[in-house]
Amino acid sequence: MNNTLMGYRRKNGKVGIRNHVIILPVDDISNAACEAVARQVQGTMALPHAYGRLQYGPDLDLHFRTMIGTGSNPNVAAVIVIGIEENWSKKIAEGIAETGKPVSYFSIEGNGDFETIRQASWKAKEYVQWASELQREPIELKDLTISIKCGESDTTTGLGSCPTVSQAVDRLVDAGATVFFGETSELTGGEHLIAQRMATPELHEKFMAIYKDYVGEIESKGVDLLGSQPTQGNIAGGLSTIEEKALGNIAKTGTKEVIGVLDPAEKPENGKGLYFMDTSSAAAECITLMAAGGAVLHLFPTGQGNIIGNPIEPVVKITANPITAGTMSEHIDVDVQGLLSRQISLEEAGDKLMEVICRTVNGRLTSAEALGHREFVMTKLYRSA
Amino acid sequence: MSNNSQSTTLADTHSPESKEVSTHKFLIHHKGDHVGVATSPIKEGEQVIGIFMDDNSEVSVKSRGDIPLGHKISLVDLKSNQPVLKYGIQIGLTTTEWAVGDYVHTHNIKTARW
Repeated sequence: MNNTLMGYRRKNGKVGIRNHVIILPVDDISNAACEAVARQVQGTMALPHAYGRLQYGPDLDLHFRTMIGTGSNPNVAAVIVIGIEENWSKKIAEGIAETGKPVSYFSIEGNGDFETIRQASWKAKEYVQWASELQREPIELKDLTISIKCGESDTTTGLGSCPTVSQAVDRLVDAGATVFFGETSELTGGEHLIAQRMATPELHEKFMAIYKDYVGEIESKGVDLLGSQPTQGNIAGGLSTIEEKALGNIAKTGTKEVIGVLDPAEKPENGKGLYFMDTSSAAAECITLMAAGGAVLHLFPTGQGNIIGNPIEPVVKITANPITAGTMSEHIDVDVQGLLSRQISLEEAGDKLMEVICRTVNGRLTSAEALGHREFVMTKLYRSA
Repeated sequence: MSNNSQSTTLADTHSPESKEVSTHKFLIHHKGDHVGVATSPIKEGEQVIGIFMDDNSEVSVKSRGDIPLGHKISLVDLKSNQPVLKYGIQIGLTTTEWAVGDYVHTHNIKTARW
């Protein structure tokens, strides 16, 4: 394993493992301008998404929190914000500016796409050349915030890839790192096991309220989770019930107490350690929220082969399913099928994952990065006005 | 340092030392669990060995169905509407009577939640 970790220490002390200059649209209709700037200025990346108009209340708050959090993520060196209207663009840019990183905003109304793209491209070129001279410096595991979430689960995730991530989670928390897990509805059947690990009675209560609210919302639509949980892919992989799926899911969370319960995209405030974040179990939505909360590296156990990536947070895929490891190997970063054949121990699988974590921190592209997977999906709480 | 983690493991699969070790065809999370998980495809009528992951002890079961990799085999006889344990925790209820060696999936187990 590499004994020196190298990362980018940002002005606010947070540590990133990538050095992106992003072009961030405030709303759906600003995607085209952002993509035009990113085409014009090499080394920058647009983050197109579907929302940002006529949202209100908690849904609008979450939109702003996700936008500001994404720009504030330590894997991002500098940000260009483009929106149709000036006020919201300014609000997001000001939120990001609190990190001390370079950020500029542009609004299209009264200027048009051409003039906005012209101005934003000059600034983007300045930022990307500045960022290209930033150097990695020695960092420690305790400087990192890491997120975990599994997908296309099957019984092999509970047997192999999730326990492997569990090994890493415990080692990371022992080293002083911060770890996020989430997937509120997918805890169903094992929610009591997570509740038991809450550090205080207040956190226990807060967690159970969030859990019941999420499941209650699903039930309020006159349906239960049976139609979607387990998914058709889960069932094909041998998972029969939501409880069975949840126990496999929980098998990746390690053994540490949970020191905080976060709203979607919220930043951790209780110091370093293990946090629960209220998220959807849909991979792109979940990872987008966790990245907005400040996670710089994601560990993703998969059974049947979910191919998810994220534009700013590298996603490391781990599988123990020998079929998936064979048929989808271009997506897999860590193969622990030896756990099923009992040719490697869980500790050895943990060592293998820790090695890939360290190499990824130091700059090795994950499979998802190499394949261009940049799924950036805003969570929408309800329909717009 | 290997530059490709999966090739390391795939190579291990073919090493002569490990051939003798891998006689099991399913794994069980906890002693007392009602189901095991096939780590290789199992054929109907096959006598197969399972290993308990918590204490490394073995169990031998004659399969009563074709069980794909990752799918479950019953280790117990159960009546209908009984709790089913995996990981030492309830994962659902039987919807039919079970015999040792049965293929277990959505046709004979359901969630206990809804």
